[in-house]
Amino acid sequence: MSTRWFGERVERREDDRLLRGAGRFTDDLHEGALEACFVRSPYAHARVVSIDATTALKAPGVHAVYTARDLPFGDRDLPLLIPHPALTNGRTQRCLAGETVRYAGEAVAFVVADNRYLAEDAADQVEVEYEPLPVAWPLETAAEDPANIAAELAQEAGDVTAALEQAPRRRKLRFRYERGAAAPMEARATWARWDAAERRLTMYDSTQSPTSIRGGLAVLFGLPESSVEVIAPDVGGGFGPKIMLFYPDELLTPFAAMQLGRPVKWTEDRREHFTAVNQERAQVHEVVVGYGEDGRLHALDVDFIHDAGAYTPYGIILPIITAGQIPGPYRVPNYRVRFRDVYTNATPTSPYRGAGRPHACFVMERALDTIARDVGLTRDEVRRRNLIQPDQFPYEVGVGWQDGNRAVYDSGNFPGLLEKALQNLGPRPPGENVGMGLGMYVEGTGVGPYEGAHVQVLVSGKVVASTAIPTQGQAHATVFAQLVADQLGVSPDDVTITTGDTRRFQWGVGTFASRAAVVAGNAMSVAAGMVAEKAKRIAAEHLEADPQDLELASGQVRVKGAPTRGLPLAAVAVLSNPVRYAFGGGTEAATQFTPKPRPGPPLPEGEQPGLEATGYFSPTGSAWASGCHAAWVRVDPKTFRLEILRYVVVHDCGRVINPTVLEGQIQGGVAQGIGGAFYERLAYDEQAQLRNASFMEFLMPYATEVPDLVIDHQETPSPLNPLGVKGAGEAGVIPVGAVIASAVEEALGVPITEMPLSPLRLFELSRGGS
Amino acid sequence: MKPAPFAYHAPASVEEAVRLLTTLEDAKVLAGGQSLVPLLNFRLARPAHLVDINGIPGLDRIYERDGGVALQALVRQADAEASELLRSRCPLVPEALRHVAHAVIRNRGTVVGSIAHADPAAELPAVLLALNGEVHVQGPRGVRDIPAADFFRGVLESALEPDELALEAWFPAFTGAHGIREESRRHGDYAMAGAVRAGDRLALFGVAPTPVVADPHHPAKDIRPSGDLEATPEFRRHLVEVMTRELFAA
Amino acid sequence: MRVNGVERPLPHDPRTLLSDHLRHNLRLTGTHVGCEHGVCGCCTVLLDGRPVRSCLLLAVQANGHEVTTIEGLAPAGGPLHPIQRAFHEAHALQCGFCTPGFVLAVKGFLDAHPNPSDAEIDEGISGNLCRCTGYANIRKAVKQAAAQAR
Repeated sequence: MSTRWFGERVERREDDRLLRGAGRFTDDLHEGALEACFVRSPYAHARVVSIDATTALKAPGVHAVYTARDLPFGDRDLPLLIPHPALTNGRTQRCLAGETVRYAGEAVAFVVADNRYLAEDAADQVEVEYEPLPVAWPLETAAEDPANIAAELAQEAGDVTAALEQAPRRRKLRFRYERGAAAPMEARATWARWDAAERRLTMYDSTQSPTSIRGGLAVLFGLPESSVEVIAPDVGGGFGPKIMLFYPDELLTPFAAMQLGRPVKWTEDRREHFTAVNQERAQVHEVVVGYGEDGRLHALDVDFIHDAGAYTPYGIILPIITAGQIPGPYRVPNYRVRFRDVYTNATPTSPYRGAGRPHACFVMERALDTIARDVGLTRDEVRRRNLIQPDQFPYEVGVGWQDGNRAVYDSGNFPGLLEKALQNLGPRPPGENVGMGLGMYVEGTGVGPYEGAHVQVLVSGKVVASTAIPTQGQAHATVFAQLVADQLGVSPDDVTITTGDTRRFQWGVGTFASRAAVVAGNAMSVAAGMVAEKAKRIAAEHLEADPQDLELASGQVRVKGAPTRGLPLAAVAVLSNPVRYAFGGGTEAATQFTPKPRPGPPLPEGEQPGLEATGYFSPTGSAWASGCHAAWVRVDPKTFRLEILRYVVVHDCGRVINPTVLEGQIQGGVAQGIGGAFYERLAYDEQAQLRNASFMEFLMPYATEVPDLVIDHQETPSPLNPLGVKGAGEAGVIPVGAVIASAVEEALGVPITEMPLSPLRLFELSRGGS
Repeated sequence: MKPAPFAYHAPASVEEAVRLLTTLEDAKVLAGGQSLVPLLNFRLARPAHLVDINGIPGLDRIYERDGGVALQALVRQADAEASELLRSRCPLVPEALRHVAHAVIRNRGTVVGSIAHADPAAELPAVLLALNGEVHVQGPRGVRDIPAADFFRGVLESALEPDELALEAWFPAFTGAHGIREESRRHGDYAMAGAVRAGDRLALFGVAPTPVVADPHHPAKDIRPSGDLEATPEFRRHLVEVMTRELFAA
Repeated sequence: MRVNGVERPLPHDPRTLLSDHLRHNLRLTGTHVGCEHGVCGCCTVLLDGRPVRSCLLLAVQANGHEVTTIEGLAPAGGPLHPIQRAFHEAHALQCGFCTPGFVLAVKGFLDAHPNPSDAEIDEGISGNLCRCTGYANIRKAVKQAAAQAR
């Protein structure tokens, strides 16, 4: 295989229209759509006594007000995405709450009007009577009530009890991580149209999984899947929470469009985004770690509670990931982990970039820092002594993984990461109150089950390719074009990629879990490779050559070593379709071959017309990326401001398709990590009311808060896919909390056991507060 | 997040604006709108009438009078920040303006509007107080000048009557030792606490329902700040001590 | 009001935000809406040449003024504006949602600070949120655009 484009810093192909404001985000669609808004519960837990929409229905411009009882699927529990035997008390939401609301912000009515202004006016007039119920909050309190336990799962590798008893040293630790939010710049939106004549439902949805939405809508509305089209157009950031089955609008805009015979649009505003969209990260860990005088780990015993929020639409995937990722890149000879998934009366939780891993990493890295201090080793030395060695792969962790299999690391070079990070970090900067932060992580990426792709060479010689996974900024139109271009011997500029449009590709899963490059990328490469083989078969006949002697290069299918003996790819595309006319593109070049008499049917048996192919890739296991972050940080001991003096990332995601795109992913991930470590905290009060539901108070970093990074790579190819790639989307965020904690602890000399931090919290800790 | 309905008025003169404010029930003045419009969008403010003064000509001057500098109601914060006159006569004002939100907000936000809004965590009210400035207002009973010490009454509450329009902020010329320090979570955020020095005079913001004058030697002695998500009363008092020391050490 | 050099109608409902008027009535959907309380900067447009938040302006307030949206910065079909080109070359955008607001904020910033220091750049772009890039490449793009303009 040619690798000309793989690994190159190819400039992004999607930029031009986005820079001109000529992209298409869901809210950009209008087409005479009515606009909707929700009536949402102000209570975190309440019985819905009555809903009266009489006045609202009479308000100017109102077309409909829907409540649970107006919906044919109103009493249906929505799907539980990933069932698990340990989830004995699972609970999913309904489209609209008719009887009970379980978090503030849960939708109870849907108002459709001429425009959003009028819809909001009418929503103000929907009268809902609530009877408040006791609130399960905060997490630790909620965990005390057995009724709030959704699931409990214990796993053990080795004999932890014995190993702890025999360990020369033991420490008990407690760690707390609070809720944060993905907060993509584009909130969610759906736009739906029902074509009654064709009985065709079309929905644009800012989702990370249009195929799943389509499948669900087909079932709910009793339509064949071929009559439901779901398109994720340009999506303004996803980071995880833009996948649900379903957010209520994903059912209600199509339902209203079918009922009202008009397109209907709903665009989430920022205030409702803060409570209506899934959140993540709150966990409390009780840890016992046993180790030797040499700092080597003997046993790790972790018992943690995970804040599920009001429902478990994602099963217990988050705590399972946490449990599987706590050991990280380290040899933990005896590991026991138990978790309880706990219902609280707050917005449901589901994966947000990092998905259970930042907390896992925090626990392990904080434990190692504690050990280092206890036995008098440097923090890098204690890590060096515990790292899994390069010759130990595949490495079995001993517990389960999110794909239902055991967690097994496929490849890596963890010591290499550590040394490279330390080299890049450089000497301690001068001055007081400076601390070093260090954190290492692994990330199981590229989870299955599969993705597919369709690749077609047009008679113009240009190439179009599509895959089901949608894009929220990951440059798929560029990196997938590189992969296709390599197989077909063309330039990425000649390849147009379509993602997330079920009209173009029907089968697939979605963009999440750092899986797009691994799973869809390999599928693209497979499909393009099939096209290349087909092109050789067709050209071979006309060039009177053996297909094995042909190669695809410079837009030609040509004889290896005899570049003048070839056919333009465009001509091969024409020849691939044996009709009695030819028009445009490579026709002229193709015509000289057509009169040649040949035996057999015009379309050979087993062959299909068109220079195209559909290919799939289904990985046997996760490809494990890894990395090491290191930082110099200064904390002002008077104001408790944080200043990041230097931040180093060494990252290993296997073979790198496009370093520019990869570095962008890392930089963005680290910025979110910095936000999550020192700025962003979803602050709920004792009634489980979110007190900072605005960008004024939920403090996402600006440029002034995020430094430039020093980024270095290491490439340990994955043996589990032909491209040797591993996912990179989430990695940047994972260790940042651990790194900042480590650095702040040294800078201020106070123990850090929680995330996120803030100047206030550091002030309290430095005053001896708990 | 769309404003509730209101009647919109765009008076062409100060007199017409005052007449509207006098006759209309539940009217709000719209100047830069950088504080008011978010409240409208959240429907936290639902005035029946908006009186937009942006179309009134001749209300955007920065000029010298009475030994100080007057800024009219439509002077944008960005223009005040760039004003040579302020830099030479009242340099504290442009220095403080750099801390007010972000440049794009300052392009539209007005100095007078920020003062009239009377946010206790805002910079400009404290600067006005530190400098002993005044607010020049016009109402149906004529014009009056309200000293800063009397202007700020509570959280988002000023001495401005509902039928009065704040026409000018007036800052006495001051080129002595001065400075502003604030601690905010991110660049451009409202301050958790802030301190303004003008000579020997100290004004604090973010630590009481209004900006307050404090003793530079014991700045936290008489303040009883409230707590919120980002700062407890203790932390605010601590920050005030730290910032005051820095301001007066210079 | 003039939008990108063309006289356009005002909305009937005075409460219509300029951002909504541009997007939904005038169909200029390059102006994005990210928070509607003036913090994120996605909706930044130029009002008489200066960047402002279009979600904090009533459309009627643009009466008699010139509004420039991202669609007006570089004519369709023509080359990108140097700032847009710098964003492309520096990989200063990912999902592209905050990008039009950033580009116009940077336009206003560089008009006022043709020779900015690193600290001034940080401050100049600190009124706009980006959730994808982590800002490093945006910084780079601003430096590059400033250098090219000199």
